[in-house]
Amino acid sequence: MSDAPHILTLKIDDQDVSAVEGQTILAVARENGIAVPTLCFLKGLSPVGACRLCLVEIKGVPKLLPACVTRAAEGMEVTTDSPRLREYRRTILELLFAERNHVCSICVSNNNCELQSLARAQGLTHVRVPYRHPRLGVDATHSRFSADHNRCILCARCVRVCDEIEGAHTWDIMGRGIDCRVITDMNQPWGQSDTCTSCGKCVHVCPTGTLTEKGVAAAEMKKRQQFLPYLTAMREERE
Amino acid sequence: MAKTVVIDPITRIEGHSKITVYLDDQDQVADAHFHVTQFRGFEKFTEGRPFQEMPAITARICGICPVSHLMASSKACDDLMAVKIPPTAVKLRRLMNLAQLTQSHALSFFHLSSPDFLLGFDSDPAQRHVLGVAAKYPEIAKDGIWLRKYGQQVIEWLGGKRIHPAWTVPGGVNAPLSEEVRQKILEGIPHGIEIVRRTLDFWKNTQGRFADEIEHFANFPSLFLGLVTPEGHLEHYDGFIRVVDADRKIIADKLEPTAYQHHIGEASLGDSYLKAPYFKPFGYPDGMYRVGPLARLNCCDACGTPLADKELLEFRALRKDGAVLSSFYYHHARLIEILFALERMQELCNTANIMNTHVRAVANPNKFEGVGVSEAPRGTLFHHYKINEQGLITWANLIVATGNNNLAMNKGIAQAAKFFVNGKDVKEGALNRVEAVIRCYDPCLSCSTHALGQMPIKLSIVNARGETIRELTRY
Ligand code: SF4
Ligand code: FES
Repeated sequence: MSDAPHILTLKIDDQDVSAVEGQTILAVARENGIAVPTLCFLKGLSPVGACRLCLVEIKGVPKLLPACVTRAAEGMEVTTDSPRLREYRRTILELLFAERNHVCSICVSNNNCELQSLARAQGLTHVRVPYRHPRLGVDATHSRFSADHNRCILCARCVRVCDEIEGAHTWDIMGRGIDCRVITDMNQPWGQSDTCTSCGKCVHVCPTGTLTEKGVAAAEMKKRQQFLPYLTAMREERE
Repeated sequence: MAKTVVIDPITRIEGHSKITVYLDDQDQVADAHFHVTQFRGFEKFTEGRPFQEMPAITARICGICPVSHLMASSKACDDLMAVKIPPTAVKLRRLMNLAQLTQSHALSFFHLSSPDFLLGFDSDPAQRHVLGVAAKYPEIAKDGIWLRKYGQQVIEWLGGKRIHPAWTVPGGVNAPLSEEVRQKILEGIPHGIEIVRRTLDFWKNTQGRFADEIEHFANFPSLFLGLVTPEGHLEHYDGFIRVVDADRKIIADKLEPTAYQHHIGEASLGDSYLKAPYFKPFGYPDGMYRVGPLARLNCCDACGTPLADKELLEFRALRKDGAVLSSFYYHHARLIEILFALERMQELCNTANIMNTHVRAVANPNKFEGVGVSEAPRGTLFHHYKINEQGLITWANLIVATGNNNLAMNKGIAQAAKFFVNGKDVKEGALNRVEAVIRCYDPCLSCSTHALGQMPIKLSIVNARGETIRELTRY
């Protein structure tokens, strides 16, 4: 067998595309300018398939599969947009909104929030399930950052960036199901974490107003994620 | 048992509320109450939130005066941070606050109250709204619309968003003034001034027709409370609290707004969510005071701008030996304040450092308790927060302008009801007058969605046995 990458051909939304073996459907779609909504996925971090927003239809497969973790295969016929997919995506977003307290208007991330822009893009005007209105706390013990658990969607970006890029593994997720919560170290206040290096990477990859810098007022928190691809590229080069 | 007349909810004021007029056994008005069902929960709701969110959260209390809450709240946050914000930031906040005053007063005068003056208190309620005014007096309606729009635009130019600008932030404002905006603000002022001057002329000419209203619209002695500058001039953003009595004698002066709790007590009334603040040294209920445009003009020695000061002299002549007492003159005071606001905005735009780009102080919280006081269009507004060492709110207290006026409004509608409502056969025009007393105070009760002036009104007359014998509903 040669070392040359194996090239696959497949169809995404009736468009003939080629892929390198091992590439995910999402990567191929994006390379070809086909938009697939994502939320937990962030280029530069390992994909986890947590949010299910990137679900696509694959001909012959009864289940919907997440494009961010499903590898492209020879002859695949992928559909990224259909009434069924739209309904699923909408419902996922509605459940996210209903699960915690996402009051955009007073949020520091208002107008700079990935959850909000996805909802806008999917034409979400209202939520059909009852809001749970949990009263979750804000951890403002860190001197520079705060974590408002009311706005967390459990995408685990913070967990991944802290582990994979910063190497500190301060963040983790505890609990199961509806009780899941992101935690620092062994669930102690962020300000008392021994491992946190205060690098702020988690703050900037967090798609919502959960992890933010302190001192910002409503709509002032702008996340900068450009650092991530550079960092990953630099590391790969060195390896 | 006494009979009860309920007006619910009031039309042409912002938000929801109802008036109850209590009749005695002889079907004569015994008393009247104004019930407010708003403001619930804001204090509770904010517990545990980072204090920096407070301006944005409290700005949602009202769609008509969000800027006022932004001001008082940002000032309370400045206090928590223990910073003195850059002088240019103070000026820019002032600018926005005055623009807010202009648009809100214009709304109150032209859109909400002018139908009564122009079409008559007894005119057909189906026509008695701003569109009715526009049909009969297009020039006046046009003036009102222009003035309101100008105020709103200035807010939008400064803050980027008209209703809830996130521009005023703890520590200052989040963007400096641009030359383009400065020019745009300045360009509108001469026309605005022209409008207010002709409206004042018109107002003064109509006074002869409203002798009864002037006499019976909450016309009684009371204290007046408002902010004044250190020189005793009209003030809406900073300064000291002054209290004057019905003779315009200064009862208390140079009170530090942050120490408001030493001077103002808050009683709760069972039938309303609105607390009833009173001036502590006089006790409850004698410490009843009024705030807002009328109170501010009664409190200050001068406005501090030439045109407004000329008008103030005439205003003083309305009651030579003391404070102007009839709440009907809130409308008059409102016009003078618009004039003042426009003059002051012009002045601010022409000051040397207004374009300075240092407009924000950055700091962590340095105090556990902070108070911010400013003058909303409707009166003095107090925000008071406590935080924990993480900067999360543990306690909040707000006294809104409408709250400050609570006792005086009750007394005022009782007075008007006694004069205009005779027995159980109540005419719509009489009820409109009782409502109009409330409109004098321009209470901002919740949201702006009803701003066009036709909110449903429900009147119930309840007989001695508690049965509703008559109901008036208007949509
Ligand atoms: S804190 Fe932010 S990044 Fe971390 S899981 Fe929650 S939403 Fe995702
Ligand atoms: S982006 Fe694929 S599952 Fe979240």
